[in-house]
Amino acid sequence: MSTKTRMSGNEAVAHAIKQINPDVMPAFPITPSTEIPQFVATMIANGEIDTEFIPVESEHSAMSAAMGASAAGARAITATSSCGMALMWEVLYVAASSRLPIVMALVNRGLTGPLNINAEHSDSMGARDSGWIQIYAENNQEVYDNFLQAHRIAEHKDVHLPVMICQDGFITSHAVQNITLWDDGPIKRFVGEYEPEHYLLKEDESLAVGPYAVSPYCMEAKKAQAEAMKRARKVILDVAKEFEELTGQHYGFFEEYQLEDAEYAVVAIGSVCGTAKDAVDAMRAKGVKAGLLKIRVFRPFPGEEIGEALKHCKAIAIMDRSESYSSQGGPLGAEVTAALYRAKATAETVNIMYGLSGRDVKVEDMEQVYESLRKLAAGEEHFAEYPYLGLRDGTENVLSRQ
Amino acid sequence: MSVKAENINESTKWQDLTEGLKIHEPATSKLFLTGEWRTETPVWIREKCRQCLLCVPYCPDSCIAVKDDRRQDFDYDHCKGCGICAKVCPFGAIEMEQPKE
Repeated sequence: MSTKTRMSGNEAVAHAIKQINPDVMPAFPITPSTEIPQFVATMIANGEIDTEFIPVESEHSAMSAAMGASAAGARAITATSSCGMALMWEVLYVAASSRLPIVMALVNRGLTGPLNINAEHSDSMGARDSGWIQIYAENNQEVYDNFLQAHRIAEHKDVHLPVMICQDGFITSHAVQNITLWDDGPIKRFVGEYEPEHYLLKEDESLAVGPYAVSPYCMEAKKAQAEAMKRARKVILDVAKEFEELTGQHYGFFEEYQLEDAEYAVVAIGSVCGTAKDAVDAMRAKGVKAGLLKIRVFRPFPGEEIGEALKHCKAIAIMDRSESYSSQGGPLGAEVTAALYRAKATAETVNIMYGLSGRDVKVEDMEQVYESLRKLAAGEEHFAEYPYLGLRDGTENVLSRQ
Repeated sequence: MSVKAENINESTKWQDLTEGLKIHEPATSKLFLTGEWRTETPVWIREKCRQCLLCVPYCPDSCIAVKDDRRQDFDYDHCKGCGICAKVCPFGAIEMEQPKE
């Protein structure tokens, strides 16, 4: 029930869309996600799917049209990157608070500036508080599999929240990798038809979506929305389990690689985890107990589970591909550190900035990270500030580039 | 999740609100008395009114009902006192009453 082939991450998402055949896709092109609407438009022109593609004049309109379509009762998707999602910003929050199960293919690219088109997580990390579920991928197989699970999560009656399926710009969106595609029949049955209970175009339905809410109601509405995000935890795991029964692919909140007995752990999101795994293998070959925790689900944030999985470690590096300019580190650093505190972990931690604006990260770089953790735990290294991996700073710092 | 709007009030618990605050019935604005916002109040001077009905479509809040081709008195539960009706009346048949000190 599967085909082994090779394709880019954008092609993989487009193939998932082809199998899902959503009702409506409003989208506006932006590098590096442009190929996704381009592939979809081609599939529509070839008569392979009957999705209504709306060529909008901006991303603000793309998300607004997706909202309108979803409220009307359609299964609506879109795709974007970086500044494109920034232009959706206002509507992202409205889509979530209106509880519309829109699915977005987000190809992560840094927000300008400086002007740059490469992989960074500043776009989705900036939207981390918008109320969208966020699921990240290490490689093309994962972004394909995640996209196939997205509608099941978003449309579940206990959730009714929008989902963004994220992958790293160019690194996975454009790089061709081996991939296993699941056959149409079982996948179509797995995804199922969208059958909302209430929608604007339903016969005899009187419905208003997104009304003005005066202060005495907003806090209660936000609490209800926050509870839906909590309920998404179970749904995400249930859908992953069903997907595993169908395909054999295992997914959870995060992946643990050699973590069980690890003394030195890296926490990261996205494509860098493939590089980190090679570094783990290299460190293990040298007798260093290195491990990796790769976060797949960032919203809802599985803080308790992450704390439990890491609290036995001696030193932990939390890797952020997004500057928050807080002077304290990045968003993943803040949230994982808080989770470790709640788990009463005693590990040394360092929050490392890496790969900003598409800066390459090599296996040797990640080996240096593990080396810095070993030194940190041994008291031989001290980070007064959160370091940048591979930064040209003229110092002898273990993480700097000479 | 389709609790009636008339059953939602400022004592309603978060668990009992509709999902996304969606409204599952028409014409619930009738329940929302925007007339409380009014400071100036339009007064209809019947003897000057020629029933031209120009005020009716100009009212942004549909507060001038028409029955048998004749306008009725203002719906003060919903009139916000914007004064457009008084401005457009060709016959001086609507006057804005100032709020009492």
